[in-house]
Amino acid sequence: MPLSAAQLHRLLWQVQKPARYVGGELHSVTKDWATVEVTLALAYPDLYEIGMSNLGLAILYDLVNRRPAFLAERVYAPWPDMEAALRAAGLPLYSLETRHALAEFDVIGFSLQHELNYSNVLNMLDLAGLPVWAHERTAEMPLVIAGGSCAYNPEPLAEFVDLFVLGEGEEVLLELLEAVAAWKRARRQGTGPEDRRTLLRRLAQIPGIYVPSLYQVVYGPGGELRAINPAEEDVPARVRKRIVPRLGPTPTRPIVPIMETVHDRATVEIQRGCSRGCRFCQAGIIYRPIRERPAVEVLADMEAILANTGYAEVALVSLSSSDHSQIEEIIAQALARHRDDGLSISLPSLRIDSFSVRLAEMIQSTRKTGFTFAPEAGSQRLRDVINKGVTEADLLRTAEAAFQSGWNRIKLYFMVGLPTETDEDALEIARLVRELMSLGRQIRGRAVEISASVATLVPKPHTPFQWAPLARREDVERRQRLLQDALRLRGVHLSWPDWESTWLEAILSRGDRRLGRVIHRAWRAGAKFDAWSEHFRPELWREALAQEGLDPAWYTDRERPYEEVLPWAMVDVGVSPAFLWREYRRALAGELSPDCREICHHCGILTAFAQERRTLAQGRWGCP
Amino acid sequence: MRTATVQRLRVTFAVEGAWSYASVLDLGRAWERLLRRARLPLAYSQGYNPHPRLQFAAALPVGYTSLGEMVDLWLGERMPIQEAAEAMVRQSPPGLRVLQVEEVPLAAPALQALIRAAAYRVWLTTPLPPEAVRAALEHLLAQEHIPRHRRKKDHQADYDLRPLILGLEYCSTSGTTHEIAMLLRCGQAGSGRPEEIIEAAGLAVEDRIIQRLRLLAGADGEEKG
Repeated sequence: MPLSAAQLHRLLWQVQKPARYVGGELHSVTKDWATVEVTLALAYPDLYEIGMSNLGLAILYDLVNRRPAFLAERVYAPWPDMEAALRAAGLPLYSLETRHALAEFDVIGFSLQHELNYSNVLNMLDLAGLPVWAHERTAEMPLVIAGGSCAYNPEPLAEFVDLFVLGEGEEVLLELLEAVAAWKRARRQGTGPEDRRTLLRRLAQIPGIYVPSLYQVVYGPGGELRAINPAEEDVPARVRKRIVPRLGPTPTRPIVPIMETVHDRATVEIQRGCSRGCRFCQAGIIYRPIRERPAVEVLADMEAILANTGYAEVALVSLSSSDHSQIEEIIAQALARHRDDGLSISLPSLRIDSFSVRLAEMIQSTRKTGFTFAPEAGSQRLRDVINKGVTEADLLRTAEAAFQSGWNRIKLYFMVGLPTETDEDALEIARLVRELMSLGRQIRGRAVEISASVATLVPKPHTPFQWAPLARREDVERRQRLLQDALRLRGVHLSWPDWESTWLEAILSRGDRRLGRVIHRAWRAGAKFDAWSEHFRPELWREALAQEGLDPAWYTDRERPYEEVLPWAMVDVGVSPAFLWREYRRALAGELSPDCREICHHCGILTAFAQERRTLAQGRWGCP
Repeated sequence: MRTATVQRLRVTFAVEGAWSYASVLDLGRAWERLLRRARLPLAYSQGYNPHPRLQFAAALPVGYTSLGEMVDLWLGERMPIQEAAEAMVRQSPPGLRVLQVEEVPLAAPALQALIRAAAYRVWLTTPLPPEAVRAALEHLLAQEHIPRHRRKKDHQADYDLRPLILGLEYCSTSGTTHEIAMLLRCGQAGSGRPEEIIEAAGLAVEDRIIQRLRLLAGADGEEKG
């Protein structure tokens, strides 16, 4: 029985920002449950305003709801005030569209974009009234699936989630729902053994689906991982991620939220993948190969989405916006069409060159927030280690062009804790910032503002740095202090995340299946919304690790040897471990690997997806 | 971009369903999007970050429904009212319902300056019997002053609730729900909120539904025009 609006109102007048919990937005899709075969709840384990800004979920919501036999509804993590109201009223977590209890859906699909959301996954299952452990759920309960960038190391959540969808979900999710529909039909007709395990075995046959309960994890005496073996025949030893050969249709009737969300604007994905090969960047590996949306399609989608939503801002998103081969044409045409209605265009992720400054100048959109670019490291030596492929001269030229075009504010992204980093390398960040300050003053004739965000590298799975340790706390904090001391200047704003968040992100992103019990303990002790400083309690996690007899340093401090079986070894992203290892060695030697549109580094992606590549008209994806 | 204004339209609209949980800022953004979808020839403010010129009569508190919110909008090109109204109706999301569109002189006073009072209907669910609710309201009305304070973002403001109450009437009972009509000051000289009356009357609340019926112009809430 769905919750009634009146039942809900009793809770909503007492909580903060009730618009998070009501649905009813323009273009949200409400279907009659009696007319569909399979119901899917798309779940995001963070607040509405965060989850609603996720393009992946918008794409899947659109695709699933286009199919008459399926429906997709949404659910987000309730803030603790709403959680308390639900629990006090004895009401379950419900979907926004039809207010059905989460437990009534056939499938609950979590989008995993951030490791610090993991405790919320458990909390949402619990709020749904479901056992959090996968093995305790019966065939009558929803199938719990997960995808997104964190699913590329599924092991920490392997005991809670029935299966993981690896890679791009556009096709595989529909295949999965088809299979669930067939299984439901067979169950109804009583033909064959239609328990949960039968369904999971069948789903494990779909390329891109990893069913953790069908694998056996073998540990050595020292706790090191020996193998992750299929426990049954017909279960693939490695699961290759899925891709779509061409970018699918842009959701041109996206849900327009009632309340303001993080990215409250129209979004068109203009390109997927990136050819730059930065060695710290997980997105740069997992989203390979590069696929561009042609300019004519981008422009048509943009018009449709603006007409359908009424947004005054459109974001043209990709991992490196200035790398789209027709980007200038796209912007020029868009501006020409919207000269009279105040449309603003935003281009996240501009690369560092004067072409990007010209683009930014055309769209004028960052005048207020500042011109943004990401040198990532202060010293040339370190930029070479991470393969940033940018020289100091490039940086200075870009900043110069930005100041000359009228910007008074520049925003810079850096990292500390990079492999081989010394205090001197970190101090180069300060030198660079000072240099840009004086360059700005020279050109602008007055003091400029520079904000530098200094993140700490978390060496992520499937990157060349996956074998590298997390930097030591004392080194990172000393370098942060050095920077602070060296940059006590008016107009300079420095910021960095607290160490504990970085530490937990490192453990959860690089961890193995044993972390499931740690997550469970921490959640039971009250961990939730760990990504929010007002709720994050790192001591709960330290205690949980200790109680499970696990040494956090095992996950963070060791450089892992090439021979070691990594917890994500069964996940095949199409890029070979040999390539990643080669890149790691080149990193430590400070050798650059050029942009892969100039030369092919044989990362493996073209052979892995040769079939998909052939189905493209020109047979190419931007790789030479 | 048009910055000159040639026509001013006054729209009366209802706020229902999910939209009743929107904040004032949410409603402002919603109207901007609605008008862009309707492709009205809006006049824009000048400056770096131009916005369509819109003025709302009075902020609707989060969680209230309304049958009579008002917004003025300025066009940069003339447009037949009927045509503008139809375009707005077509583009209204469920829960934001356009009720009336009229033209007002460009030089007419601002809506905020015009509104003096607001009429509300409150459905209060409480275990108290009807006599107790009625008595609490009568007791409240008999006071000369009702000193209270509001928590603002960074300070507390003392105020007297009594002069903000222009009318208070117990209407009917249905089970444990009591219907109460309120006429409260609303506008630049101060605004009363129905939940403040309930609180000041010391009524225990299990649930409450509050609807703004209409905004009233003129001295002491006497409707003019």
